[in-house]
Amino acid sequence: MLNLQDSILVYDGSFDGFLTCVFQVYDLKMKQVTIQRDSDAQASLFGRHNEVISDPEKADRVWKGLGKKTSSSGRLRIYYGFLSEKKGVENLLLRYIQYALNSAVPIDSDFSNPEVLGLSKIAKSVGREKHRMEAFVRFRLTKDGLYFATIEPDFDVLPLISKHFKSRYADQKWVIYDLKRDYGLYYDLEKVEIINLSLPEDFDASKTSSDYFAVEEMEFQTLWQDYFESTNIPSRKNIKLHVRHVPKRYWKYLSEKER
Amino acid sequence: MKSWKHFTLLIVPNMAFIRTQEKLKILADAAKYDVSCSSSGSKRSNASKGLGDATGMGICHSYTEDGRCVSLLKILLTNHCIFDCAYCVTRKSNDIKRAAFQVQEVVDLTINFYRRNYIEGLFLSSGIFKSADYTMERLVAVAKKLRTEEKFNGYIHLKSIPGASDELMKEAGLYADRLSVNIEIPTREGLKLLAPEKNREDFIKPMIKVKNEIIQYKSEKKLIKSTPLFAPGGQSTQMIIGASGESDQQIMWTSNYFYKKFDLKRVYYSGYIPISYDSRLPQIGTEVPMLRENRLYQTDWLMRFYGFEVHEILNEAHQNLDLDVDPKLGWALRNLEYFPVDVNTADQRMLARIPGVGMKSVYKIIQARRFKRLNWEHLQRIGIAINRAKYFLVCASQDFERRDLTGPQLKSLILQNTTSKYQKTLSPQMNLFE
Repeated sequence: MLNLQDSILVYDGSFDGFLTCVFQVYDLKMKQVTIQRDSDAQASLFGRHNEVISDPEKADRVWKGLGKKTSSSGRLRIYYGFLSEKKGVENLLLRYIQYALNSAVPIDSDFSNPEVLGLSKIAKSVGREKHRMEAFVRFRLTKDGLYFATIEPDFDVLPLISKHFKSRYADQKWVIYDLKRDYGLYYDLEKVEIINLSLPEDFDASKTSSDYFAVEEMEFQTLWQDYFESTNIPSRKNIKLHVRHVPKRYWKYLSEKER
Repeated sequence: MKSWKHFTLLIVPNMAFIRTQEKLKILADAAKYDVSCSSSGSKRSNASKGLGDATGMGICHSYTEDGRCVSLLKILLTNHCIFDCAYCVTRKSNDIKRAAFQVQEVVDLTINFYRRNYIEGLFLSSGIFKSADYTMERLVAVAKKLRTEEKFNGYIHLKSIPGASDELMKEAGLYADRLSVNIEIPTREGLKLLAPEKNREDFIKPMIKVKNEIIQYKSEKKLIKSTPLFAPGGQSTQMIIGASGESDQQIMWTSNYFYKKFDLKRVYYSGYIPISYDSRLPQIGTEVPMLRENRLYQTDWLMRFYGFEVHEILNEAHQNLDLDVDPKLGWALRNLEYFPVDVNTADQRMLARIPGVGMKSVYKIIQARRFKRLNWEHLQRIGIAINRAKYFLVCASQDFERRDLTGPQLKSLILQNTTSKYQKTLSPQMNLFE
């Protein structure tokens, strides 16, 4: 009989791909599984190295199955955890899913379980990053009337912020581009699409060059910087608190921090 | 974007820009003493494919160097004022530069800042020029223009001008998400001393009107779904702390009165920042009472979220909050007979009273203990502050505080093992008693 212990499942890095792996684990009753995305996969001497092809139908069955066993926020936690892209998070997710599916009662709030607590902490930091991006994205108006923003988030949060920006900026065309992962969202007044841009070689995201941006863009940035300065109360200065709220790695987005 | 704006910018780019810039500096500077920045609690959605959406939680788009949230474009329409309140930087007798925005300028700034994701919306206040109604009318005009002409669904917070008519307050509520009147001075006597031209009734009248309208619109909305929103973010107010010598008890009892009587969403406490050489006030250079302000906010939280009644924390026997320990710990030290609390059996009310356990931990404890009896390790992972909490609770462990310690003993034990971020502020005061 085929020995499926110590298997390594390699998938394409998509969420569907990951859920297909979970399907396979259950379908083939696999034990001792490690799931890796293809970019992280390393040849293992002893384990079996299986490539899993993403199958939306199988992924969907797993997702629906989870819906019956977890609350909607408990299930969303899995997606958030996945988007953290943390190395090995797939295996934590698998253990969480196994715990959820094996349990007779919903386990979403069993914070004494290390998987539940661990995943909820990761999901929380992804949620925090999502919220920060909703706050720190700064659009700049381009010459062709497009509101353009670049980001480099710690986690892959673009899929999570799409809805927020779509309902908020329904009457303007906008792009939010993830420079780190090289893809972005484009809203064309009707729908949000995923796009890949080939940015001009001399394009510097930290500068507002008049080659690309509208005349009034610089003026509004100046007004915003002025506003930021005027609203500060020097006698209450508290830089430690300031940096806790706006960690320095985010300053590059914020035109008010340029001065 | 309307084409004439481009036109203006191209022909005379600098003049219009420089004038707006100058006004913005003056009128943002004058507005910064209002500490409210909340942009949550509205239900205004973007149904018409317009601009903006205020359904979610509030967002802080930036933070000032003093650590305060920047969520709204917070400006005065004008800093001309007919009143001469001693504590206010905009008072008539103060020798400062004056400016006034036109309605359209405020609208343009708001829209353009919003489109760039700088802000959640506008917080518009004003000095009082000519009369209360004249001023209120202009505030309402800005909000109206944003809502009706620009189809703006972002957050709008308008100041209710003391003494404004009921009709204007009603109109304001139809366009604004939140309305606020700052009572500024916690006691009648203080107000008489520092702002003799104003009286309490002028502040309270618009508050009552708005409260009643909110109740009415809410009940109508239950019957007729198309009833428009009326100030869905509710009302708030602000008190200045440390300008007129009042006790913490006076401040928090006033606050409690306003919460209960006017259904306020928030009361803000603003440590007085010396801006005047007036002998009735703390002199310039006096430190802003930030620690005291922090303790008042903690008390406010205990009242609103932790189920404390104000008189439990502040009363005739205990008129001021401790500066060296937070008010919940202070209460626990004075009421040791309620402790230790068994986290595996106690109800939510008592869990919330354990020092070092916040409301989020309370909910986690209640959920997690359905699965197993909790011990120290579980509690640590849930995230409670063990170094304070350990003296006040028992859990599924033989290991707990067995000594029969008195309040002062416990206090010094806890203070030894923790460092306050206010250490610097605290130590000189401690030295006084040496």
